[in-house]
Amino acid sequence: MELVSFYISALIALMASLLAVISRNAVHALLMLIVSLLAVACIFYQIGAPLAAALQVIVYAGAILVLMVFVIMMLNQGKAAVDQETQWLARENWLAPASLAGALLVMMLYLLWDSASRGAAARSVSAAEVGLAMYSKYLLVVELASFVLLAGLVGAFHLARRHTADSAASTNNAASTESVKSARGVR
Amino acid sequence: MNTGHADIAMTLLNIFGVLTTAVLLTALLTWGERRLLGFWQDRPGPNRVGPFGLMQVVADMIKLFFKEDFIPRFADAPVFLLAPTIVMATTLLAFVVVPFSPAVGVIDMHIGLLFFLAMSALAVYSVVLGAYASGNKYALLGGLRAAAQTVSYEVFMGLSLMGVVMLAGSFDLRSIVMAQENGWFLLPQMLGCAIFLVAGIAESHRLPLDLPEAEHELTAGFHTEYSGMKFGLFFVGEYLSILLISALVTTLFLGGWLGPWLPPLVWFALKTFALVCLFILLRAALPRPRYDQLMAFGWKVMLPLALLNLVVTGSVLIWRG
Repeated sequence: MELVSFYISALIALMASLLAVISRNAVHALLMLIVSLLAVACIFYQIGAPLAAALQVIVYAGAILVLMVFVIMMLNQGKAAVDQETQWLARENWLAPASLAGALLVMMLYLLWDSASRGAAARSVSAAEVGLAMYSKYLLVVELASFVLLAGLVGAFHLARRHTADSAASTNNAASTESVKSARGVR
Repeated sequence: MNTGHADIAMTLLNIFGVLTTAVLLTALLTWGERRLLGFWQDRPGPNRVGPFGLMQVVADMIKLFFKEDFIPRFADAPVFLLAPTIVMATTLLAFVVVPFSPAVGVIDMHIGLLFFLAMSALAVYSVVLGAYASGNKYALLGGLRAAAQTVSYEVFMGLSLMGVVMLAGSFDLRSIVMAQENGWFLLPQMLGCAIFLVAGIAESHRLPLDLPEAEHELTAGFHTEYSGMKFGLFFVGEYLSILLISALVTTLFLGGWLGPWLPPLVWFALKTFALVCLFILLRAALPRPRYDQLMAFGWKVMLPLALLNLVVTGSVLIWRG
């Protein structure tokens, strides 16, 4: 039963990823990517990592891809974008990525063949265990990740701040202050 | 073998019972809200069809089902069709982790609370995709607002719940209810409860935080192009999420089914009903903020408060050992 649902999720993940690559409409491709992420979350849950599954859905599918859809919505791509995508997906452009992916596939099949005798670790990992591991064994990695996030935060703050300072300096009537306010709100 | 069958029958009864009750209550809620709004605004509300106007629900449903199902020529048809189903599916799915009483409840997941957060995070696609697929500028503006509002308010919706998780030591909603036997979490987590309520209103984009569909500025926001039952799904989805947020607040902060004298399910229903009334009263009482006020409030007031709540709860727990 578990094996069946695992293979169904895996099949969905593979199909959705493939469709995400060959889709010509950016929003449809993103939708397929979301489906693929959800299927991978199902796999995480089945092999005993419920916390990873939940975080995959909350963070990737629920927040990051919402922002990607947000950006693509603002770009308002019409038929021209679809035509361009069709052009980029011409047959000769497929050759290099497909052969690279093929090499990866062969390698993965070999590894799977090699480790077929070893079973997967069929043990459920609780949220508390993940937390303890994060703040003991992997503390350095967590700290490094927080550095990266802090840098991103400072960068975003800097970009937004300069924008408001400039517009306040160039014009200082009431209307521009209002637009600055709303720009700050949108951020 | 026999017990196996009985188990499956119980599970099926639970699943269909919960789903049917949720959808029926939602239908009733559309009438209840209009009557309550009428009461608070000193006017009758819908009182013509059937006893107390109860049949208004049926009349509205007949109207929605028989309206022309129209897809605009400029819409992205597959996404346009998909969008309204997402909000219904995710909100109904979130109901599976709610423990209604010791015997009623579909599933006890040890990541129950995270499952709810995941489903409420996915529900935003309904609005964003609906807005994109409509190919309409008002819808697009509504969708942009919805995406920004939901992603911002989700951050501290999750953070506000972590105090409860720390006190109960579990993400499982049933254990969270059991942990409240010696006192509801409302008292130690008053701040968390208030933040979660505000975030819940923003997530279900109800008035006063219904900027994605603010009809004064954006005609009808993200569902401008939707008609018939597809609009109906958005509409029902909104009421379903009111029920869901109320049920969640009951479970997390008001002790769920716990209470003296009355049966557990009645306690749960009473607490949820009171919260739903609070939601409606907020709609009747409060004006809608400006969009930048909403975002500033979220990031500058709610997020620091949620973090403060987290730090204080954590320190108290460590101090107590």
